[in-house]
Amino acid sequence: MAAVPLTLPVGAWAGDNQNALHPASKQEHSISVLWWVMLVGCSIGFGVIVILLFLGWVRRNRDYLPFGGRDRAGTAIVIGLGVFVPIVILSLLFVWSDLYVIKTTEAPAANSTPMSVKVIGHDWWWEIRYPGTRAVTANEIHIPVRTRVDMLGTSADVIHSFWVPALNRKADLIPGRVNRLLLDANRPGEYRGQCAEFCGQQHAHMAMYVFADPPNVFRRWLANEARPARKPATPQAREGERLFLNLPCSGCHMIRGTSADGTIGPDLTHLATRTTLAALTLPNKPPDLTHWIEDPQRYKPGSKMPGFSLTSSQRDALVAYLDGLK
Amino acid sequence: MATTVTEPGLKRVERLERIWVEPRGVLGWLTTTDHKRIGLLYFFTTLAFFGAGGIEALLIRTQLAEPNAKVLSPETYDQLMTMHGVTMIFLFVIPMSLGAFGNYLIPLMIGARDMAFPRMNALSYWLFLASGLFMYASVFLHAAPNAGWFDYVPLALKQYDPGRNIDFYALGLIFNGISSTAAAINFIVTIFKLRAPGMSMNRMPLFCFAMLAVSLSLIFALPSLTIDLVYLELQRNLGFHFFDVAHGGDPLLWQHLFWLFGHPEVYIIILPAFGIATSIIPTFSKRKMIAFPLVALAELLVAFIGFGVWAHHMFATGLPTITLVFFAAASMMVVIPSAIQIFAWTVTVALGRPEFRTPLLFIGGFILLFVIGGLSGIMFAAIPFDQATTDTYFVVAHFHFIIFGAAVFPILGGFYYWFPKITGRLYHEGLGKLSFWLTFLGTALTFFPMHILGLIGMPRRVYTYPSSLGWGPYNLSETVGAFILTAGLLVIFGNLVWSRFRGPPAGPDPWHGGTLEWATTSPPPPYNFPVIPVVTSAYPNWDRDDRRADAGRLERGELVLDEGHETPASTVVDAVPDEVVEMPGESPWPLAVALCTALLFVMLLTRHYAVAGIFAAMTLLAVAAWHSQEPQEQ
Repeated sequence: MAAVPLTLPVGAWAGDNQNALHPASKQEHSISVLWWVMLVGCSIGFGVIVILLFLGWVRRNRDYLPFGGRDRAGTAIVIGLGVFVPIVILSLLFVWSDLYVIKTTEAPAANSTPMSVKVIGHDWWWEIRYPGTRAVTANEIHIPVRTRVDMLGTSADVIHSFWVPALNRKADLIPGRVNRLLLDANRPGEYRGQCAEFCGQQHAHMAMYVFADPPNVFRRWLANEARPARKPATPQAREGERLFLNLPCSGCHMIRGTSADGTIGPDLTHLATRTTLAALTLPNKPPDLTHWIEDPQRYKPGSKMPGFSLTSSQRDALVAYLDGLK
Repeated sequence: MATTVTEPGLKRVERLERIWVEPRGVLGWLTTTDHKRIGLLYFFTTLAFFGAGGIEALLIRTQLAEPNAKVLSPETYDQLMTMHGVTMIFLFVIPMSLGAFGNYLIPLMIGARDMAFPRMNALSYWLFLASGLFMYASVFLHAAPNAGWFDYVPLALKQYDPGRNIDFYALGLIFNGISSTAAAINFIVTIFKLRAPGMSMNRMPLFCFAMLAVSLSLIFALPSLTIDLVYLELQRNLGFHFFDVAHGGDPLLWQHLFWLFGHPEVYIIILPAFGIATSIIPTFSKRKMIAFPLVALAELLVAFIGFGVWAHHMFATGLPTITLVFFAAASMMVVIPSAIQIFAWTVTVALGRPEFRTPLLFIGGFILLFVIGGLSGIMFAAIPFDQATTDTYFVVAHFHFIIFGAAVFPILGGFYYWFPKITGRLYHEGLGKLSFWLTFLGTALTFFPMHILGLIGMPRRVYTYPSSLGWGPYNLSETVGAFILTAGLLVIFGNLVWSRFRGPPAGPDPWHGGTLEWATTSPPPPYNFPVIPVVTSAYPNWDRDDRRADAGRLERGELVLDEGHETPASTVVDAVPDEVVEMPGESPWPLAVALCTALLFVMLLTRHYAVAGIFAAMTLLAVAAWHSQEPQEQ
């Protein structure tokens, strides 16, 4: 078993960063330090038990302890190692983790951060709003790097849990409540997160990205997201817009600046600026978008989005329109 | 002992045989009130549920063996993972340790002839069986509970889960709770009142202390679950709003009530295992448990503190920091009684001359697995770490080390340990050791990598995962581990089945055990002991003179109680005999009551409330009929 932890980096370095031990923030750094220290302490504790059991086996023909102790010494060990040592160690751990480290990971004091982002959990995607702006997006949160951002989380249906392992602890998103969490990435990057509270059939496909952008990149992105949708540029895309507004699409999705004002599914005003579809189920490339529109239930069974039977020209028009929503 | 008795003693034994004999065949099993037969019924039933829960686990592990697998649909996966949890907790571990081990062993260990309420004991079993079948009916209707074993609302509300799935869960667990409550009351009264003369509290086997702690916990914890489930049913089917934010309800109410039951439940699951460990260790170490009173106290203390830690299951729900800190402190306190027991077990082995036979190997494995699970448990009392790893595979690793490692390993060791007592035959030692190593390595390989998966980001209860996160190899090794573990379990059962028919005779006391179950024949007669033993220490079967004195009393007819269907009762603390209790014989009414109750629950499930009322009335009538047959004074 000792060999298993050594293989840890293999998992840690592969692909996306959803790793609690690869911190990209002061908060997660303090959690990972807590972990490594506790791991060392626990390994020592485990070692003591293994040694005691091993002694029992090696000295199975002797009914006394190595230094000649018998019942009295045995009871002393039970009280010493079973009562006093744990009291000391646990008190230290309590003070360090629950009174000191917790200060770092606690929710920031209300209105103490330069900006906040609102996250609303849905079955099975994340609605993201930027208070003070018109920007609404889904599943891909952008934040400025090295900036304290207050995440205000709630839910529109069942309980979800917001967790971006490289950035901080998790916060449950509970209907009727707002839970807050500090996001403060210390280096630019793309941090994957995933719903951590079982929320039904597609709990497995409710992931998200947090992009920590340089401040100017973030400002440009946010300004674009706050604008209404671009007008379609080609005849094919114009046909796509017409289809979108006449098909059931617009009943569930909003595209600001058009008559599509649904609120059941994600806001698609700037869909083309996102890198993924359906809470990171598929990449956001035209072929994947086509597959998704044709048969969402194949990729995300149970999702609220139904499949549509479209002619190939209708389908291509729709994809052309959506792909133009930069 | 039966071999040494003379003419007058033999006559008394024959009289006891006549008084305590039960009908043969199926009818005998259906009407039995013999705690040993009821224990065996529990054993075989829970074993069947263990098989079902195990198959569910293997299906889950097969689906998760590689990224993006399509072995199970998401809906089927959710039903299987929920039923796996519900089955292992409510239909396997608790009824196996209490129903099977507790029933079979407690009266034998305390020198009684049966449980305090033999017919209620039968009723507990039939209710348990019926509740288990009730819940499993859902699996065959493809409408099994699917919101996870802790069934959080709003997900479990009608709005999000419109089928019958959650009704099976809620009604099934209310039903199951009736059985557990009856069993717990029975254990408490039996342990308090039916101990053999001289078995004062400080001489009571540690196994019985553990069972006492568990029973007390159950009685105080179950009402919280029952209330929660009643609220859920009222909201789902009758339009109440307990958990509904829009009407002033709160989804966190469910969580508080659930975990107020759910955390004591954890100790309900593992305390019997501690009891089994404290039975096996002294026997094979050939010495008394070290720090005996401290261990007894620790068992009770674990159960008590277990009621003050529930909110540590809710550290990510946004409770105020001061609340978190309080519950974290309480969670750390609970470490101390556990640490006392761990060191008492290991020091006892170190001080004794241990013989590492299969049961002791399982206890050794148990100690290692429990220490790993316990240490990862301490980590959850570090609030920021808990908030990072809760609801991930790190938690899944932790509680499987506790539930499978700490609770089931002693149960498996207990199978081997008491097998000779129950069957009168010895198991095969070589196969026993093989089964231990397979099970132990399988368990480590299945559950250890889950710690790593949790840390590298895998949430629990996902039916699949992408390949980009590097989770594949760990999951694959867990799946391989699960099949090795299954092989180990199959070797255990193969060994026991083979030995049941082919094993060499065991005699009354093959291990030289210290507790009273080893003082009688294997298997024990229906009346357990020809003469009620008089106890002068905590390990009465090691007091050879006392046991010889028992044989003498049989000759003289003292404490034989061969005048009727009787067992002596004694005072709660000092176990001074204070009366002779007339015990009821076999009865069909417990089965009848359970049947009526089962139909009542079926009608509640199908929402035929008027018909349900009729079955409620019939249940009461059956209870009345039952009491019309009180044991006669002689």
